[in-house]
Amino acid sequence: LNHIVEQVKLLDRFSNKSVTGTLHLTATHLIFVESNSTSAQEIWILHHHIASVEKLSLTTSGCPLLIQCRNFRLVHFVIPRERDCHDIYSSLLRLLRPVSYDELYAFSYNPKQNDQQREEGWQLIDLAAEFERMGVPCDQWQLTDVNREYKVCKTYPRDVYVPITASKPIIVGSSKFRSKGRFPVLTYFYQEKKAAVCRCSQPLSGFSARCLEDEHMLQAISKANHNSRYIYVMDTRPKLNALANRAAGKGYENEDNYSNIRFQFVGIENIHVMRGSLQKLLEGVGTRSLSMTDYLVGLENSGWLRHIKAIMDAAIFLAKAVTVEGASVLVHCSDGWDRTAQVCALGSLLMDPYYRTIKGFMVLIEKDWISFGHKFADRCDQLDPDPKEVSPIFTQFLECVWQLTEQFPQAFEFSEWFLIQIHEHVHSCQFGNFLGNSQRQREDLQLKERTYSLWAHLLSENQNYLNPLFSPSFAESHPVLEPSTQAYHFKFWRNMYNQYDRSMHPRQSILKHVLTLQESNRELEGTVQALKTKLQKFGVNTSPLKPQTPPRECSLPPRPQSLILGAPLLSRKEVQQEEDEEVFGEEAREDAPASTGGERTVEGSSATENSYGELMGSFGSKNEPGVVTLEFGVARMTC
Amino acid sequence: MELSEHIKTANVEAVTLRRPFHPALRGTLCVTSHHLLFSDRKDEASRQLLILIKNIDAIEKSVENLFGYPRAVGSSGTITIKCKDLLVLQLEIPGMEECLNIASSIEVLNIVITSHRQKERLLWDRWRVSKVNSDYSVCPSYPSAVIVPREVDDDKLIRSARFRQGGRFPVLSYCHHRNGMVIMRSSQPLTGANKKRCKEDELLLQAVIDGSELGYIIDLRSAQQAQQARMTGGGFESKSCYSHWKRIHRHHERGKVVQESLIKLVEVCSDPSHTVDRWLSKLENSKWLSHVHSALSTAGLVVECVERDGHSVLVHGSEGTDNTLLVSSLAQLILDPASRTVTGFLCLLEREWIQAGHPFQQRCAHSVYSHARLKQECPSFLLLLDCVWQVWRQFPLALEFSEALLLRLAQEVYASNYGTFLCNSEQERCAAGVKENTHCLFQSLLKPDIEEQYLNPLYEPTDLAIWPSVHPQSLQLWTGMFLRWTKHAQNMEEAREEVWRIVKEHRERAGPDRTNNTLSTHCDTLTPFENLMDELTIL
Repeated sequence: LNHIVEQVKLLDRFSNKSVTGTLHLTATHLIFVESNSTSAQEIWILHHHIASVEKLSLTTSGCPLLIQCRNFRLVHFVIPRERDCHDIYSSLLRLLRPVSYDELYAFSYNPKQNDQQREEGWQLIDLAAEFERMGVPCDQWQLTDVNREYKVCKTYPRDVYVPITASKPIIVGSSKFRSKGRFPVLTYFYQEKKAAVCRCSQPLSGFSARCLEDEHMLQAISKANHNSRYIYVMDTRPKLNALANRAAGKGYENEDNYSNIRFQFVGIENIHVMRGSLQKLLEGVGTRSLSMTDYLVGLENSGWLRHIKAIMDAAIFLAKAVTVEGASVLVHCSDGWDRTAQVCALGSLLMDPYYRTIKGFMVLIEKDWISFGHKFADRCDQLDPDPKEVSPIFTQFLECVWQLTEQFPQAFEFSEWFLIQIHEHVHSCQFGNFLGNSQRQREDLQLKERTYSLWAHLLSENQNYLNPLFSPSFAESHPVLEPSTQAYHFKFWRNMYNQYDRSMHPRQSILKHVLTLQESNRELEGTVQALKTKLQKFGVNTSPLKPQTPPRECSLPPRPQSLILGAPLLSRKEVQQEEDEEVFGEEAREDAPASTGGERTVEGSSATENSYGELMGSFGSKNEPGVVTLEFGVARMTC
Repeated sequence: MELSEHIKTANVEAVTLRRPFHPALRGTLCVTSHHLLFSDRKDEASRQLLILIKNIDAIEKSVENLFGYPRAVGSSGTITIKCKDLLVLQLEIPGMEECLNIASSIEVLNIVITSHRQKERLLWDRWRVSKVNSDYSVCPSYPSAVIVPREVDDDKLIRSARFRQGGRFPVLSYCHHRNGMVIMRSSQPLTGANKKRCKEDELLLQAVIDGSELGYIIDLRSAQQAQQARMTGGGFESKSCYSHWKRIHRHHERGKVVQESLIKLVEVCSDPSHTVDRWLSKLENSKWLSHVHSALSTAGLVVECVERDGHSVLVHGSEGTDNTLLVSSLAQLILDPASRTVTGFLCLLEREWIQAGHPFQQRCAHSVYSHARLKQECPSFLLLLDCVWQVWRQFPLALEFSEALLLRLAQEVYASNYGTFLCNSEQERCAAGVKENTHCLFQSLLKPDIEEQYLNPLYEPTDLAIWPSVHPQSLQLWTGMFLRWTKHAQNMEEAREEVWRIVKEHRERAGPDRTNNTLSTHCDTLTPFENLMDELTIL
């Protein structure tokens, strides 16, 4: 299986531009290589990223093939011969529906690491340590072994934390009264007020059923917090949906049966509504020569931003109840793995600055999404082709975080490219982290032995994802984020949903530029240090300079700790200090202008990409425009 | 009658002031001829407030004791002041009479109250400066000197002016150095219903393209509107009479429609109760972003003609004083690196807006809060600033100036201590003695040093054209302007300061010569790096 088709045209989605090149179909990727061009653009599309392939009707120039990807890329090829087109089409159809997990890319992907490195990658995130950081176990909360063998709840992790007063019979009884056995467990502990965020699924209350153990369970959660007499129970569904569930023997907590609970609906729509909404959004922003009116009307009609706001509102409610009232909160939806995960994760992010760092954000995803059984395989359509299970729940969470980064430019250690890269890999099936629907299933698949961890990969290139404006002192002055939920703060995330339509992106990036300056600042500082060491060897006192340098060192934002590979800058600085003889050589290298940083995609801006109007070709456009070749602020995506 | 005679009550004690970001303050309120001054008589600057009377767009009063109910504490009233820079503040004034007096003084003063350099561009052999309008008789809204093709004499200009609305005959706006192509601007030709023609006007345009095969006329009206204009004496350049010119119609809203857009936009921005859906629908309904979109698209089209196709362009709408200037100045910003510096941008405004006769007085008499009936108001200039901001968003390194300069200009154009934006044309300014009696805003912005807040820390000049994307996804609401009095603005301000800090640190370390930045000031002090190098060489 290795098709090569030449003379394939790639059409631009929004203009009349097209480029010609060669199409390669390999076991893992579809690759387009532009021919006869100095820049020789290459497009790599992972088979797992392809959501649909469509063969359009034959045209004079060939057979069009339309490929839609889960990372919102849309490519339109025109293949000269219909036969070739058909071959590619039918091969892709076969490839994009893997029948077993073994066929997924993660099981064949090898980043040239040995077993030990791979293991270290998997050990990066330790949830037990994370609960310890929160202050659990403590006098009120303990680790229970009731789910050690996944006997009580198949979709929960082995280790769960419950109130100290909740005995095993209570837990087991409560789990029998909860949908899919997902009984109330701790997910975040707000140490300052000893308030807990717990999560579960809906109770099987029907119209009148009750369960004493479940009532005891909630009582135990309430008693574990002396600061508040009551706990909040947040049902993240719209009330109508919860009512409808009662007819199916499910439902919500009856305030009369539970002592001291405050029950609250928050009205986030279900996975089907969200799927439809994203569909509409993408249709809207994918239209050619879109007018401003159509764009805004499309945005409104999709309802997407309304749903984003609903999730944000719920998270803010949660954070306020915990941090202001000091009350514990129990969050659930239907099964407690979609909306519940969104609200718990986003709420914790608002309350705890740690989750706004690169490492902390990984921990947060690992805890609230992966370990508590968000069904990544189903939602992201990894294996089982059930279109009714697919839904952009996790994407919405990432978008909520992005909306927060827009409101608080200094609060996050990472930039939006970190979020986009995570999104890319949730769908790529290149790493083991997001495969399967639950921890149990992941263990069965032996992912830790057979695949690699995304987190190690991301940390190794974390300099690509840094937010240069991140300020740790902001976290000190704003430990709890209080975002505004005014409608105008909810913006369309162009860099996500139009991430491959590069003609839409800003042509110069503040982010990249400031990062480069920062890096260059550090390098210069390193050189100064090296020169100083050298001077000291000659016995020269450099004290006149001292008052200038140390304060600057302090004012630098701290470099995030790199756990595996070590920040490349750090090692280079050390090298500089060791190799005294090389100082002049090094310094000559430092002379290079500040703009030489790393690997960046270069993109120009030109009139042709923008289609300003109806300039007819009748007078023959003369030579091509002077294209601005400026830095383009996109961290290069690896497929 | 002196202005001060309109002031009924000049001083009131124990007034409470409420405004965004500040706790309520008690202090003294003074009304002077041009200002409203509030102070709590302490030294801190943040506890004082100085507002130009001219900046006040609307004033609303509510007096609690209006209906004569007796109250032990005595009556009081509240004045809500809505400014043209969109600030809204409240003053609680003890005493009904004082309250009404203050309000009426401000209203009266607001009604009663009602400097320049010229930079010539490089002229080619083909162009000359004409003084035909030196007494403003040929075109009252043009400056005394204009640039026209060398081979067209003043008589022909006079005849062409008679054929153009308001006498605005085609003049040079910009000459593109790379290929010698030009952007001209004018008003619509007065062809009328029976298709009049004017030989001199045709010759004038022929002289513009001079041998080159073709020029483009960008008509800022739809083809239908241009047709309709003939009924009222206006019209367009027909293919048969101007055979070497190709006409392209692009529809642009103007006048009242744009003003109403702005009013709707500010209204929706200041109502915090909207749901997301309602917000989007009202934002769409205001159409403001559609105006931004079409202005940038047409400017892009003009640049495409000049830079990519290598043809000259004539831009006009009907009067040639609003959208025409908007499009021609945006095109220059995209094309010309010189217009992206602070000085260059202010020169551009001077040439393309002030001297070109944008009627500032009429257009900016009132802003969005005013209850006055709309006459000639239209925020064309604000639309320009918005478009410039959009370009900056897409090319954050390409402009030397910052958003703060745009905001300052947005404020000055409605209410100013300076004479720059006074009157409607050079003729009026001359008659009113503006140059002799007022100071120039641009001069004060530029001298002796441009304030740091008006500079873009990341500026890196580029010689190339900066083509903005005009996809709706690439355009955004100018939050810095329209949401400037919300809490959101403060986080952004802190982030901007952080960028400055990093840039300064870099300049200090790398030294001014390596930053490519012409504006670095400390050339005489050595960086620590250079100091060390010096010492090493000595050794």
